[in-house]
Amino acid sequence: MRALDTLRGRAISMPEADVDTDIIYPARYLLITEKRGLGRYAFHDRRSDPGFPITDDMPAAPFLVAGANFGCGSSREQAPWALADLGFRVIVAPSFGEIFHSNCFKNGMLPIILPAPTIARLHEAARAGAIFDLDLAAGTLALPDTGPFRFAISEDRRQSLLNGWDEIARIRALHADDIARFETVQRKAAPWLWTTEGHHD
Amino acid sequence: MAEQIARTLYDKLWDAHVVAGQGEARALLYVDRHLLHEVSTPQSFEALREAGIGVHRPATQLAVADHAVPTHDRGSPIGDPQARAQVALLEANCAAFGIEYLPLDGPGQGIVHVIGPEQGFTIPGITLVCGDSHTATHGAFGALAFGIGASECGTVMATQVLWQEKAKRMRVRFTGTPGPHITAKDMVLAMIGQIGAGGASGYAIEYAGAAVRALSMEARMTLCNMAIEAGSRTGLIAPDETTFAYLAGRPRVASGRAWEQALASWRMLASDPAAQFDREIEIDLGSLAPQVTFGTSPDQVLGVDEAIPDPATASPAAARERLAHALDYMDITSGRPLAGLAIDHAFIGSCTNGRIEDLRAAAAMVGDRHVADGVRALVVPGSDAVRRQAEAEGLDRLFTRAGFLWRDAGCSLCVAMNDDRLPPGARCASTSNRNFEGRQGVGARTHLMSPAMAAAAALTGRITDIRAWH
Ligand code: SF4
Repeated sequence: MRALDTLRGRAISMPEADVDTDIIYPARYLLITEKRGLGRYAFHDRRSDPGFPITDDMPAAPFLVAGANFGCGSSREQAPWALADLGFRVIVAPSFGEIFHSNCFKNGMLPIILPAPTIARLHEAARAGAIFDLDLAAGTLALPDTGPFRFAISEDRRQSLLNGWDEIARIRALHADDIARFETVQRKAAPWLWTTEGHHD
Repeated sequence: MAEQIARTLYDKLWDAHVVAGQGEARALLYVDRHLLHEVSTPQSFEALREAGIGVHRPATQLAVADHAVPTHDRGSPIGDPQARAQVALLEANCAAFGIEYLPLDGPGQGIVHVIGPEQGFTIPGITLVCGDSHTATHGAFGALAFGIGASECGTVMATQVLWQEKAKRMRVRFTGTPGPHITAKDMVLAMIGQIGAGGASGYAIEYAGAAVRALSMEARMTLCNMAIEAGSRTGLIAPDETTFAYLAGRPRVASGRAWEQALASWRMLASDPAAQFDREIEIDLGSLAPQVTFGTSPDQVLGVDEAIPDPATASPAAARERLAHALDYMDITSGRPLAGLAIDHAFIGSCTNGRIEDLRAAAAMVGDRHVADGVRALVVPGSDAVRRQAEAEGLDRLFTRAGFLWRDAGCSLCVAMNDDRLPPGARCASTSNRNFEGRQGVGARTHLMSPAMAAAAALTGRITDIRAWH
């Protein structure tokens, strides 16, 4: 996974609330079985709306300032994949759809939750073309003239992003014994969960 | 002592699956069951291939194609080459990794969330995941079930565990006695309307109250299915005799002594009387009217007899804009009631309302009526077993005689990934779960409602208050 530590750049402002994953990545493009190159389908059915911030010729911006409940709806990981392909690494919003929020971390992207008044200032700054400044190790996001705004993130998620850890490899390296121990106990305590495998014993 | 602390059902399920912890808030959870479908797993299998890893416990995984599959001409190859390739890829991946695949033309096929319970793959007390946000459906059995993304599908296959943040606990109690036409769909839509599309975000919902206890398993699944539409990944109902009766004798459920052991354990799965919830919600069913959505988010919902709100009276400004945008997209004016609004499509199906009871409820509205002129109405069973059961009861003939189209099982118009898509501007009475922009086709307009309400709309060509109908 791509590591993330500090990041400077512009932001796109999309204040609309409840932007769901069907808007971010329309279902008909889910027939594609790749995970790369999906940016061209992101917000496909909205791009021609007047004033919609995502356009074919928008300026490069690694930050997206979004509205409440961003990424609600389906679990499709194509939503973060497509946003990443558009160049976004950090999405800041008052709240997120939970599965989308969790999917971001699996792809070297950082969803940041900040209070609504702070987000309102970030929208203004984004529209004014301000340069945003992320320091993940410090847990801060700053603008040239304000901040830093401190955000919460669990320590292992921070370390995963900072180091670009691969989740599967890390679980296998650190927790193989824990898993084996759990399985031994469950097999005794809840044998009905193991009946299929039981035949091969 | 830990066991003396009163715990909710969610806590009990969580505690029973912690493999390793990082304090209270985050744990590595063991995953007992994983359902796979064609759309969310190609990239997961690819990740395993790239890492050179096999599946840890193939017997805990079950795959089926549902999202992209056509619902007609099942005998012939899938027409859309992309969908054909995606379904073939699932089958090939399952064969390569030793996972059981329920074939498209076989008796086990259907929507993941319909076939899991049907097969007895879904049982109480387990953790169950699927690369699909409506996985909360399985919480109706007292299982900790939640949707995950494609990366996590790969993690589960490779390791059988997932890092999870513990949710806060919310109890939703339904009180009062519902009127004759009020279904689980109306109950859950009313809840979403009350707390909002993000209202349960960060919470695991447990549904409680006598009205919930009185529901069949099918209806409980409808209730849990839409937890995600209130922002929650998890909807739960404590298992009881209704649950056990549903499961007894199902293909993948243990039998004999193992069944007795399982039952004894399942009977412990309820929130302790003294357990504390972080939030309690009460919803009175006594005066509830059939619920219908009018906007582009499931929380934009009203009783069928209520008038569409006026954006001018909404505040703050963001809410005003959101409502105005939704009414504009839906081409609907404030002040008028939903009842009477003309529709040109109807869809009865999906993992929310595609089970046998749903089809029976829709069929009960038909009588000797016929689908209204200019309306295209689709009935899509949630699984092949539902289709066969409905046909054994003669429902297919009743529907087709009335002018409904009778189809094979799949997601169909719930997500419009197959060839069931609505044209721009179409207005659909739908039993599915999302009225998002473009969900049923670019520019199409969706009104969510119960199966009986959707059937009535198909027959009259208008959104209809079925309480005044019979
Ligand atoms: S029926 Fe709809 S909501 Fe259910 S699994 Fe299929 S696409 Fe998802």
